[in-house]
Amino acid sequence: MGRLSPQNVELARQIIGRYPRPRSALIPLLHVAQEQDGWVTDEAMDHIAELLGLTAAEVLGTCSFYEMFRREPVGKYLVNICNGISCMLLGSEALIEHAEETLGVKAGATTDDGLITLQAVECIAACDGAPCLAVNYRYVNDVSHVGFDELVAELRAGSRESEFPPHGTTTRVRQHVEPAAWSGKGADGLPKVWIL
Amino acid sequence: MAKAMRPPIVMARFGVDDGHTLEGYLRTGGYEGLRKAIGMGPEAVHAEVEASGLTGRSGGAGFPAARKWSLLAPGKPSYVVVNGDESEPGFAKDRPLMERDPHQLIEGSLICAFATGSAQVFLYVRGEMALAQERLAQALTDAYAAGYAGTNIMGTGVDIDVVLHWGAGAYIVGEETALIESLEGHRGMPRLKPPFFPAVKGVYMQPTIVNNVETLSNLPWIVLNGGAEFAAMGVNRSLGMRMFTLSGHVNRPGNFEVELASMTFRDLFTAPEYGAGIRDGNQLKAFLVGASFPWLFEEHLDIKLDIDEVQQAGSMLGSGIVVMDDTTCAVRAAWNLVRFFAHESCGKCTPCREGLSWLEKIMHRIETGTGREDDLDLLLDVGDNITPGLAWPPKQTTICPLGPSGVAPIISSVQRFRDEYLLHVKEGGCPRGRH
Repeated sequence: MGRLSPQNVELARQIIGRYPRPRSALIPLLHVAQEQDGWVTDEAMDHIAELLGLTAAEVLGTCSFYEMFRREPVGKYLVNICNGISCMLLGSEALIEHAEETLGVKAGATTDDGLITLQAVECIAACDGAPCLAVNYRYVNDVSHVGFDELVAELRAGSRESEFPPHGTTTRVRQHVEPAAWSGKGADGLPKVWIL
Repeated sequence: MAKAMRPPIVMARFGVDDGHTLEGYLRTGGYEGLRKAIGMGPEAVHAEVEASGLTGRSGGAGFPAARKWSLLAPGKPSYVVVNGDESEPGFAKDRPLMERDPHQLIEGSLICAFATGSAQVFLYVRGEMALAQERLAQALTDAYAAGYAGTNIMGTGVDIDVVLHWGAGAYIVGEETALIESLEGHRGMPRLKPPFFPAVKGVYMQPTIVNNVETLSNLPWIVLNGGAEFAAMGVNRSLGMRMFTLSGHVNRPGNFEVELASMTFRDLFTAPEYGAGIRDGNQLKAFLVGASFPWLFEEHLDIKLDIDEVQQAGSMLGSGIVVMDDTTCAVRAAWNLVRFFAHESCGKCTPCREGLSWLEKIMHRIETGTGREDDLDLLLDVGDNITPGLAWPPKQTTICPLGPSGVAPIISSVQRFRDEYLLHVKEGGCPRGRH
């Protein structure tokens, strides 16, 4: 918890190496930190600043701009119910109220058992599947009230863990390039080797 | 009535179960466009794209892709940035393009880089789209391993790298200069144009092409079939096929790729193979062709999905079409849209940062029962400070168009449904009650 693990430092160095300028790796590294701890800690931001040659304030400045980065712990499952216009037209406001009743928390809060954080969010780009939601950024479309309750029961029973990895996991597949295949020509002469 | 449906271009592999894999992609003609493009040379590829009339497939401006490439200033290195930050309410078509046909986007990006002399592509994907990232990561890994990307592509001596990058949640990053700021590791705040036109001073102040996912996904087909074949579909500036996300109160929401200028909005909403009619047999109240743009109404049903026709009607042809039936509260819908833009304002320009939050608060009080009759004038007055004259196309007191985008739904709804606003004031809230 806190600073990046040795394994993640190695991952961070590889990510930094793919960009012409190190600072371009800042958002990807904040995702690595969030994946490690489930949220972005002050210690992780200090560590990222060291790795990129930035100040802690510069890292916080970028981190605080973006919705996905959490500055405090959240539930294992972040349930984002879309409240964009297409979902609103098809009942998202009632769905959010229903979710608040089912979970016993208001949107923005976490259940007492720490399992689920509920949020009402802006458009998540699944308008043809409205009303929709995402669990840790994995989509569920055409959500009815009954369907929501079933989803919550499955999350509590742990039966959909393969579908919904813990909060912070942005991508379970990473781009991998053999060093010989990496051209690096566009990269201002910076490191040619890039493996992820 | 609409012309017969044409076979899709960018959605052609949506029916192929393994179309997202390298094997499935190659089996269905994948990377043949890139091979042909490299054989033709950059100038010939550019000429084909110019002949195709392909325009940007994100907003409604209809700017030709080939002309955007022509603006690229000399100077190396130059970069290609793929804008995969789809976030506009009602738009849900780039996400399935990335999830279901990632190689097509990679191939299109490589063709663009080859034609514009760039050796480096940054593929910027919206942070919330986990499956799109995973599919693209796997596709890039496979493309590199098979020699379709990186060093010495297909043995031709051409080198182009593609880096998969991911965002972290900010609508404004869909604006190209904000996207560049974000790619450089900063807060996603737009840059002033001039001087920071991406084609001149883009990523790391180098010449940069920023193209949308769907725009690039069309390139393999255009190279393989020729620009003239693409331009044979549609009329004037509205050429080729284009994806639209149809959502809201229709019986059959979905993504549809249609020949431009071949059908009317009425066709799109009612034809059984498209929207299949408005739900419950209800009447149309209004429809959006992009959350940022003025609303359209019943009298616009017979205009075509055509860039110029929609502009003449006072709006712009975006990619997300949202249908509202007559059970919809106009105030509630406008409030939802204004709230979105107020929430997504980056804070750089005062009229947008302050003005949109005021507008949201005024809309909220009208809808929930503490509005005043003079709030209608106040809404328009605040709006006028963001977009002087409340004209269309909008003027702006801000660096980017996000501010005026948040005013558009207010102008549309106040002008058209003034009585509905007044009823809210008189009755102390929404006459339709809870929503």
